[in-house]
Amino acid sequence: MESNELIKYLERKALQLRYYILEMIGVGKAGHLGGSSSCAEIVATLYFHWMNIDPNNPYDPNRDRFLLSKGHAALVQYAALAELGYFPIEELKKVKTLGGMLQGHPDMKTTPGVEANTGSLGQGLSIALGMALGLRLDGRKSRVYVILGDGELAEGQVWEAAMAASHYKVDNLVAFVDKNGVQATGPVEERLNSNPLAPKWSAFGWHVIEIDGHSIKEILEALKEANNIKGRPTVIIAHTVKGKGFSFAEHNAAFHNGILTEEQYLIAKRELEKLMQGDER
Amino acid sequence: MKRESLREAYGQALVEAGKRNKDVVVLEADLGKSTRSCLFEEIFPDRYFEMSIAEQNMASTAAGLALVGKIPFIHSFAVFATGRAYDQIRQAIAIPRLNVKICGSSCGLSDFGDGSTHQSIEDVALMSAIPNMVVLVPADAVETKKMVEAMVKYKGPVYIRINRNDLPVYTPENLEYEIGRMYTLREGKDVVVFANGVMVSRAMEAAEILQREGISIEVVNVSTVKPLDVDTLVEKVRNFKGAVIAEEHSIIGGLGSAIALALCKRKVNVPLEFVAIEDKFGTSASNYEELLVHYGLSVENICEKVKSLI
Repeated sequence: MESNELIKYLERKALQLRYYILEMIGVGKAGHLGGSSSCAEIVATLYFHWMNIDPNNPYDPNRDRFLLSKGHAALVQYAALAELGYFPIEELKKVKTLGGMLQGHPDMKTTPGVEANTGSLGQGLSIALGMALGLRLDGRKSRVYVILGDGELAEGQVWEAAMAASHYKVDNLVAFVDKNGVQATGPVEERLNSNPLAPKWSAFGWHVIEIDGHSIKEILEALKEANNIKGRPTVIIAHTVKGKGFSFAEHNAAFHNGILTEEQYLIAKRELEKLMQGDER
Repeated sequence: MKRESLREAYGQALVEAGKRNKDVVVLEADLGKSTRSCLFEEIFPDRYFEMSIAEQNMASTAAGLALVGKIPFIHSFAVFATGRAYDQIRQAIAIPRLNVKICGSSCGLSDFGDGSTHQSIEDVALMSAIPNMVVLVPADAVETKKMVEAMVKYKGPVYIRINRNDLPVYTPENLEYEIGRMYTLREGKDVVVFANGVMVSRAMEAAEILQREGISIEVVNVSTVKPLDVDTLVEKVRNFKGAVIAEEHSIIGGLGSAIALALCKRKVNVPLEFVAIEDKFGTSASNYEELLVHYGLSVENICEKVKSLI
């Protein structure tokens, strides 16, 4: 695919993911709209283009691995997996229901395509590190991708993992920080400031790249750069907007795990449909 | 009775497991000289990961290694291996039932000098409460070796707690060991004593003393706390006046609780007595024996409880 075409294709996939997120939350139910939509472009790029994965051969030992450490954003991952055909789209309607395949947080035992149980924050980078070490021991070319939230960086375990990952020189590990700047109770900077991020990761021995996390072009460039880094892990600090694509929810902590009114749902649906149609012209 | 180091046996068994199975990997939290995981490092440096004093990262990293087909053994003192990394063990290892083995070394009061911060009196309770977790408490060096072998074969999370001190060996070398079974070490007529860990040797000593007084006790090593061998348990207690349960653990949530619950669920009515640590933290002492006596875990304590049932 030509690069412009590819970018358009992935932008459209990100919109599609947001559309599914909206449908999964619906009216009157709580759902993590904000953190799911902020990483839609990253998830779309990884799943629909970048990673070596095959829904028809989901357990290929040579596949790349994806972990959503910020597991509360499960909706965006479920949307991508359904769109890729890991399970029927109809399952999305049954998210967070008794006996449903799609649990409130990613569960590898119930959801095809989910690689690990995540959502107890701070653990995903460590699990990814273990995968990267194990894959390297076996001489596999697989790479491991993990998305962390910026609020999640308050967990001390993240920095334990960061230290160990650079000590063991795992260059098959790439972490994204979905830096949307808002945690459950307000702006990260006000609740507990984790800035400046780049020097922190750098001091821990990581190769650091900073990008606009909604720019497919920048995401692709960063991934290419990470591929060429040897002897240390790479972190891509992606500046994003919490609730991106939902006008009333952008930068708004209320939609970390908010309930949509019927009016908000209809506004969001209209806005998304307009963007998706506009894209087709 | 010859005394042997459980830790040394554990470390050697780990090396043997590593020789037999290339997927066995070992993670350590800077206590390799104590846990004896250092023996594995000497032979298989590429499959040994020093995660340093970061037990939470160690546990989750082990989950990642298990997810790509490895059989990780993680190590620390029992109090840290379970308590410090409890959430990681629960969320990343036990919920998806990953093939991670957790070794809690220097368990119970066996790190006698270091005091309450380093003594684990509730690790069995913590690990038993987690669904999918198997909980093992070896009585001696021979059983420890057999357990490690069985742990590699078993697919799923297992917790094993290892005593810091050398203990008498009662497990026969030719025992066909299986996770989930209890083993009768001495047959008797009056009272049955269910014990594990260090308390097995104490129960055997108590049996000798009681024998001289004309009291016959049966000693059963319940080295698998979970899953408990309930069928054998029920069959056994029916032949005795009562049962004493002896463990180096809090009276809450350990072997005693597990046995009492199992008998209650099967509606088996038999008098029970408990030799365990009351609801208290540990403390420093100049030697291990002094601590065991202080917390009511002596041979005499077992004898008294047995007599109270006759």
